[in-house]
Amino acid sequence: MAVIAEPVAAQIKRSSLWTRAFESRNFLGAMFMVPAIAILILFLAYPLALGFWLGMTDTKIGGVGRFIGFQNFVSLSKDSVFWLSVFNTIFYTVFASIVKFAVGLYLALLLNERLPFKSMVRAIVLLPFVVPTVLSAIAFWWIYDSQFSIISWVLIKAGLLTHYIDFLGDPWNARWSVVLANIWRGVPFVAITLLAGLQTISPSLYEAANLDGATNMQRFRHITLPMLSPIIAVVMTFSVLMTFTDFQLIYTITRGGPINATHLMATLSFQRAITGGNLGEGAAISNAMIPFLVAAILLSFFGLQRSRWQQGGRD
Amino acid sequence: MSSVQIRDVRKSFGNFEVLHGVSIPIEDGQFVVLVGPSGCGKSTLLRMLAGLENITSGTISIGDRVVNNVQPKERDIAMVFQNYALYPHMTVAENMGFSLKLRNAGSDEINKRVKRAAEILALSPLLDRYPRQLSGGQRQRVAMGRAIVRDPQVFLFDEPLSNLDAKLRVAMRTEIKELHQRLKTTTVYVTHDQIEAMTMADKIVVMHDGIVEQMGTPLELYDKPENQFVAGFIGSPAMNFLKGHVRVNGVATFEGPNGVKLPLKSAPAGSDGKPAVYGVRPEHFTIADDGAEAEIVVVEPTGSETQVFAKVGGEQVVAVFRERHQFNPGDKVRLKPDPALVHLFDEATGKRM
Repeated sequence: MAVIAEPVAAQIKRSSLWTRAFESRNFLGAMFMVPAIAILILFLAYPLALGFWLGMTDTKIGGVGRFIGFQNFVSLSKDSVFWLSVFNTIFYTVFASIVKFAVGLYLALLLNERLPFKSMVRAIVLLPFVVPTVLSAIAFWWIYDSQFSIISWVLIKAGLLTHYIDFLGDPWNARWSVVLANIWRGVPFVAITLLAGLQTISPSLYEAANLDGATNMQRFRHITLPMLSPIIAVVMTFSVLMTFTDFQLIYTITRGGPINATHLMATLSFQRAITGGNLGEGAAISNAMIPFLVAAILLSFFGLQRSRWQQGGRD
Repeated sequence: MSSVQIRDVRKSFGNFEVLHGVSIPIEDGQFVVLVGPSGCGKSTLLRMLAGLENITSGTISIGDRVVNNVQPKERDIAMVFQNYALYPHMTVAENMGFSLKLRNAGSDEINKRVKRAAEILALSPLLDRYPRQLSGGQRQRVAMGRAIVRDPQVFLFDEPLSNLDAKLRVAMRTEIKELHQRLKTTTVYVTHDQIEAMTMADKIVVMHDGIVEQMGTPLELYDKPENQFVAGFIGSPAMNFLKGHVRVNGVATFEGPNGVKLPLKSAPAGSDGKPAVYGVRPEHFTIADDGAEAEIVVVEPTGSETQVFAKVGGEQVVAVFRERHQFNPGDKVRLKPDPALVHLFDEATGKRM
């Protein structure tokens, strides 16, 4: 052994610093991480830090801002439009998420059954998801138009209405209208993800439950729901985060109107920062979303922690 | 407990018939094993008995009741699945008590029965664990516990031991048989393993390509297989088959491949010169001076016995000896089948002659 080991050791001693660096696990590991870290810093950490900084300044477009501490937040706390947008965002997120979950779960259960033209029906369910958001938003804009709305037209032709509905002119009509558009857009994601979850449940569990005497309702309650709960937690976290930060639908359909009734925090931030030019204030509004998002993530983090039955082997 | 009658049952998937009229009477308290190669329809038959598959034609009755159109949950049967189908989100106790809970049994009643079943199966220390935290054999026992808690009319087992390692399989085999002797519940057990069938069954039903080839007690099937399929399926190592002709010339003999002469106790009437298949089990060979000449190919000692592969008339046969002969490959020996224990099958139909 010693005879063989000696020349190898000598060889390593002779090799250059460069070669040795590339043979070191730590150095090589660090090298492989450099691109990922660079991308994260450039496109995530830097914009986030810039946003934080801008929120503490009175920067306007074209000007150099001064550090003003929490003044932006103090003025926002006295701003009724800001509070209205907070209310709208929560309203929009809560109602859209609940309905998306209910409809998505219903569709997933339906699509998991033996259906004629199953693959075609599945493709149709996915449609709202593949249409670009702005295109579907424009379609909804027409559907909700005060003069050309197809809904109003059908209802009047059917004799159920005497005049056109002002979908986007009345604050509450507008709020429900955008919630509906968001639901239409978000259901496929929930449905397809839950369907994937349903298909991981072994059919023999349902057969065993059937022999154990479970009715359809009991099978859903005792097998489907508990087995699906990890997927539900993931899909609802994503759904809540995406709904809370929604911008495209609102901006295309209402631009936050009428009288700010549909302004979400994201659209208000854009309006104040880009349209209005007050970068500092807009950034402060964006920053104000962070506590809500962190709360949602924490909630799902604890919800997502693997329950005891999912953990393996240990006592 | 009750008897089960399967009468002329057929099953088709679309135009494809997988069961071609199967009739099996099962007595109260009997342990019946359905055995056959994969695709023979044994699992389908079991699932029809459970109510998980529709019956295309024929009738199945449990006790006096025809159950063709009875919902699975109203058939009062319990089934142990191949993959156990334990509810992963329930503890062992919850798994076992689930059916009682669905029937709105009181929690005292559920606890009592789960505890009793757990004692029978030595599961008491594991009642609070989840299926993931159990070994294969423990899961298997929980699946059985779930069945016995219900005290059903009939137990159904669908290849319950095929996911276990060889050693555990032997242990669980004994455990299931013991359990049946204790509870005396009518049991239908599906397996592809003939050793499981032989060791556990009161009655074996050999199935092949959607029909019943033969049914009877394990030793009936071993001693008097009705056809070549059953003869080859039951017994390990499998029966040797040699093709040839029956010769009746004063004494009945069998002329095997390349003119090798094999003894027969008697020839069936009118079988002189008929092409036939000569079947002899490996354990029914002896070394005798008047035996057929054979050349040893491979010797496999297993300890308790020795398997010897040899060429007789150019065909390979296997013989099993409990005695410790000193054989080497290439040795010439004389192998003699016990004429009282050989089987003759019609070459065309495979039926016993």
